[in-house]
Amino acid sequence: MPSLGADMEAGKLVEWTVQPGDQVSRGDVVAVVETQKGAIEIEIFESGTVHELIAELGAELPVGAPLAVILAEGEAPPAEAPAAPESVQEDMTAQSPAEDITAPPPTPDIAPHAGAGPAASPAARVRAHELGLDLSAIRGSGPGGVIVLADVEVAAPGPARPQARTGGTGSAIDEMRKAIAAAMTRSKQSIPHFYLSETIDVQPAMDYLAALNADRPPPERVLLGALFVRAATRAAAKIKVMNGHFTDGAFRPADRVNPGIAVALRGGGLVAPALMDAQDMTLDQTMSGMRDLVTRARAGRLRSSEMTQGTITISSLGETGAEAMTGVIFPPQVALVGIGAPHRRPWVVGDAVVPRHVVTLTLSADHRVSDGRQVARFISEFETLMSEPEAL
Amino acid sequence: MTDFRAAYLEELTNIAPDIDPDTVGDDEHIQDDLELDSMDVLNLVMALHKRFGVDIPEADYPRIATVALATRYLESHVAS
Repeated sequence: MPSLGADMEAGKLVEWTVQPGDQVSRGDVVAVVETQKGAIEIEIFESGTVHELIAELGAELPVGAPLAVILAEGEAPPAEAPAAPESVQEDMTAQSPAEDITAPPPTPDIAPHAGAGPAASPAARVRAHELGLDLSAIRGSGPGGVIVLADVEVAAPGPARPQARTGGTGSAIDEMRKAIAAAMTRSKQSIPHFYLSETIDVQPAMDYLAALNADRPPPERVLLGALFVRAATRAAAKIKVMNGHFTDGAFRPADRVNPGIAVALRGGGLVAPALMDAQDMTLDQTMSGMRDLVTRARAGRLRSSEMTQGTITISSLGETGAEAMTGVIFPPQVALVGIGAPHRRPWVVGDAVVPRHVVTLTLSADHRVSDGRQVARFISEFETLMSEPEAL
Repeated sequence: MTDFRAAYLEELTNIAPDIDPDTVGDDEHIQDDLELDSMDVLNLVMALHKRFGVDIPEADYPRIATVALATRYLESHVAS
């Protein structure tokens, strides 16, 4: 059971997406784990053959508990392990490693979802969990028998929502609130925060987007938030002391920028999944990556890497709302970029006072790692980038 | 004739499944009252674009911001 966040203690295994005999490569999704922050797809961190699934579906397991045994190519199964299922006991595991290496790799002939628990939509999965229903007891009406939300609602006993909300361990929202409280308390107790703010003119950026989007159909339009993420990503790539993790008493700068995008969930709660390798993305790629992240965050279908490999957090209040926010750093990161909603204000341009849209940028930084001068450089870089949006 | 009101509500609740379509007032604002963010609004515009082929420019977003406004907008902009 991997740790999917600084304060995760346990997770519940809800789905296997592989079975014994399957070949897996680093990064493949092998299981789904229910956490306080919703259902997370677990990616494998090494390549090999699934030898045995140890953990049982539905089991609540502490971080560090073994879920499965993966054998690297040529590796013999552990002697003390219980007998593997028939399908993998054939030659590939019984032979010595030397012979294995020359043998052709077994062909994965198993459909991705076969035998790995019932196929269900994310919404159905979340709702079934809320209601305490076992998905395997529900008949699916979707394509190929997939369980969809409506099937879960039909299977729900009576007006079940209030009952589920008050019973047992509390609702998913309560659990998420606890997770946020734990992470933020730890952050405030262990990270000596300091803050720098600057109000910057975003009129050029807004004018640029208005012109860009005017010629584009809805699926290709770009939001101001994507420009903010581009600018913050490029500033973080340059000011390396803002981008990385503080672990085991030392700061480890990251060589790539995976900005965590704070996403408010409807009904309450917040997650900040990482947009992986954002430093290599164009503006359009950034926008589509953000749209995908937000969609999956709301559906409760994020990946383990996205939950753990963020290198800096970007929290934008959107296009309406308060003008500034001073955020709490998400450990083990060392900085958070807080961006208020654009407000129209009198602004000095040249020698004239003109109405302009401005935003207030507030950097929360970790004094164990950086000082005001470096944070000021980040802000200055961000401001310069936003003044030339066509180059983002 | 297409029921634009029902179609709009359907796309709205696809984006925000926690909203009960029966409780949405005709003049409730999707951002101020129903708490859609800018990404949700763009997804709603995309959904309406896909469903009706209507290319709602950004300047027209205020004209689809409530059920009543959107119904009128779609009635006049979607080719029958």
